[in-house]
Amino acid sequence: MANDETLAQPGRRDFLTQITAAVGGVGVAAACVPFVASMNPSSDVLAKATTEVDISHIPPDGVHTVPWQGKPVFIFHRTEEQIKQMQASNGVLDPATDKTRVQQPQWLVVVGVCTHMGCVPNKEGPGWVCHCHGSEYDDSGRVIRGPAPKNLEVPPYHFVDDSRIVIGVA
Amino acid sequence: MANKIIAWVDRRFPLTSFVKHELTGYPTPRNLSYWWNFGFLAGFVLVLQVVTGIFLAMHYKADVNLSFDSIQHIMRDVNYGWLLRYMHATGASAFFLVIFIHMARTLYYGSYRRPRELLWWTGQGLLILLMATAFMGYLLPWGQMSFWGATVITNLFRATPFVGDQIVIWLRGDFTVGDATLTRFFALHYLFPFLIVGAVVVHLVALHTVKSSNPSGIDLSHKDNIPFHPYFTAKDFYGLGWFLIVYCVFVFFYPDSLMEPANNIPANPMLTPNHIVPEWYFLPFYAILRSVPNMVGGVVAMGLSVMIFAFMPYLDRSRIPGGAHYRPVYRVLVYIFALDMLVLGYVGYTPPTDGTILLGQIAAFVYFMTFLCLPFISKAEENWLLKRGFHPELEALVAAEQSAIALRNGGGVK
Repeated sequence: MANDETLAQPGRRDFLTQITAAVGGVGVAAACVPFVASMNPSSDVLAKATTEVDISHIPPDGVHTVPWQGKPVFIFHRTEEQIKQMQASNGVLDPATDKTRVQQPQWLVVVGVCTHMGCVPNKEGPGWVCHCHGSEYDDSGRVIRGPAPKNLEVPPYHFVDDSRIVIGVA
Repeated sequence: MANKIIAWVDRRFPLTSFVKHELTGYPTPRNLSYWWNFGFLAGFVLVLQVVTGIFLAMHYKADVNLSFDSIQHIMRDVNYGWLLRYMHATGASAFFLVIFIHMARTLYYGSYRRPRELLWWTGQGLLILLMATAFMGYLLPWGQMSFWGATVITNLFRATPFVGDQIVIWLRGDFTVGDATLTRFFALHYLFPFLIVGAVVVHLVALHTVKSSNPSGIDLSHKDNIPFHPYFTAKDFYGLGWFLIVYCVFVFFYPDSLMEPANNIPANPMLTPNHIVPEWYFLPFYAILRSVPNMVGGVVAMGLSVMIFAFMPYLDRSRIPGGAHYRPVYRVLVYIFALDMLVLGYVGYTPPTDGTILLGQIAAFVYFMTFLCLPFISKAEENWLLKRGFHPELEALVAAEQSAIALRNGGGVK
C-alpha cells in the first residue's frame, strides 16, 4: 500500500517500472531464441557432414565432382606438368603457395563453389571459370581474376588409403 | 429493412461515415491524369496475386523431391492449373511494371515532396516487401534458375561483417539452398503478401491524411477537389480495362515470354547454368551489383540503389511548385534516369564481358550521380527559374491559388 513516504518518492516508482520493462524485454529476447535457432541447420542436415570417395578411377587431368554437405567438391587428378606450373606460381588476388592447398600434390581437393556469389565454376582449359560473374581460378583453385575475393575453399579431408579420401574430417 | 440494418450497424461501427469520408466522398483533385491510375492497379494486382496464390498453394508441394513435379502436375492435371499459374507468374511481372510506373509518376510530378514524405517512405517499404516476396516465390518451382537465383541472392548476406557465413547458413537452414530453404521460403511467401496488405493500409492512411498529389504540384484542395465516386471509380475502372487487355495478352498468348527456359530443368546443385539472370524487374539492380568489382562494395551499392529513393524528399531542394512539367532541368534529369535504368537492365541481362562491364560501370555511376547531384542541380534550377520567371501555366496557377487563399482568409482579391 502506498503511504505518504513512498508517494513522496516518485523516483522509486519510475525505477520499478524501468526494471520491470527491462526484465520483460530480456524475457521476450529469450523467447525469440528457439525461433531463431529453429532456422539453423537441423540434426539430419548436420549428419551429412562427411563424404567418403573412391578416387582410384579418376584419370590424370580428370576432375571428379562429389557432393559434400550438398555442395560440389572437385577432386582433380593433376599431371606432373600441372603440378610444376602450380608450384611455380603463387596466385594473384589471394596469394597462397600450392603446398598449403594440397596434401598430395597430384590430388587437388576444393569446394566447387565460387567465393563470390556461390555459383559452380566450370573446368575450362587450365583452371576453372565461373560463368555467373566471370571469376577465374587456376589449377590450384586460386583466384586469378575477380570479382571473387578468395581462393576456392579447401575442405577438411584425409586419405584413408591411396585410393580413398574422406571429406569433412581433417 | 436495409436502412434499419445499416442504422443498427452505424450506432455501433462508423460504417456509413467511413464509406462516405474515405471511399465514395474522398476528396480527389479533379485534374488527376491517367498516371494516377497505377496505385489502384497495384491494389488490384495484389488481390489477383493473393487469390491465384492461395489456389496454387492447394496443389503445390514444398519439398525438394516433389515441388518441381507438383508444378508439372498443376500445369497438366489440375483443372485450369495452367491458368492459375500463368496468371500468378505474369501477375508478378505486372505488379512490378505497375509499381515502377507508380514510382516514376511520383518522381516526375514530385509527389514525394513535403508533406508526402511518409507516404513515399511507406511506399519504399512496400517495394522492399514486394521484392522479397517475388524473390522467395521464384524459388518455389525448384528449377535451375530458381535454385541458382536463390543461391546468389542468399550469398549476398555473406557481405555482413563478422558473421556473414553464419547468417547465410541460418537463412538457408543448410549449407546450401536445400529442403529447409524451400519450405521456409514457401511459408514466408505465403505470409509476406499479408504483411503487404497491412503496409498498404498504412500507405492509404498516410494518403488519406495528406490527400492525393496532382499534376500541377500545387495544393488545389480549396476549389478543385471532387468526390472519388463516381469520377475516379469510373476512371480507375476504365484504366483497369486497358490493364486487363495487356495482362491477358501475356497470360493467354505469351505466358512463357517472361519465364527463363532454364527453369524448366529441375534444380541441380552440382551444375550452374552458363548464364544465370534474375527476373527482368531485378535486372537494373543486378547490373549494379555486378558492376562493382569488390563483393562487399557490390552488395552495398545494390542495397543503396534501392534505398536511395527514400532520400528524394531531401535530395530535391527546389521550392518551385509543380512537377517536372514546370522544371525543365529536373525533367531532363528524370529522362536521363529512366534511360539509364534501361541501359542497366540491358547490362544485367547480358553475360559479363569487358564491354558490358564497362557500360554497366558507367550506367551505375550515372545512376548514383543523378541522385547525388540533385541537391545542387535543384537549387541552381530554382535560382534560375526565379530569375527567368515561371512557366506561364504555373504562374497562373500560383496567382489563382494565392487569391483563393486570400478569399478564404476573409480578405478580398487585391
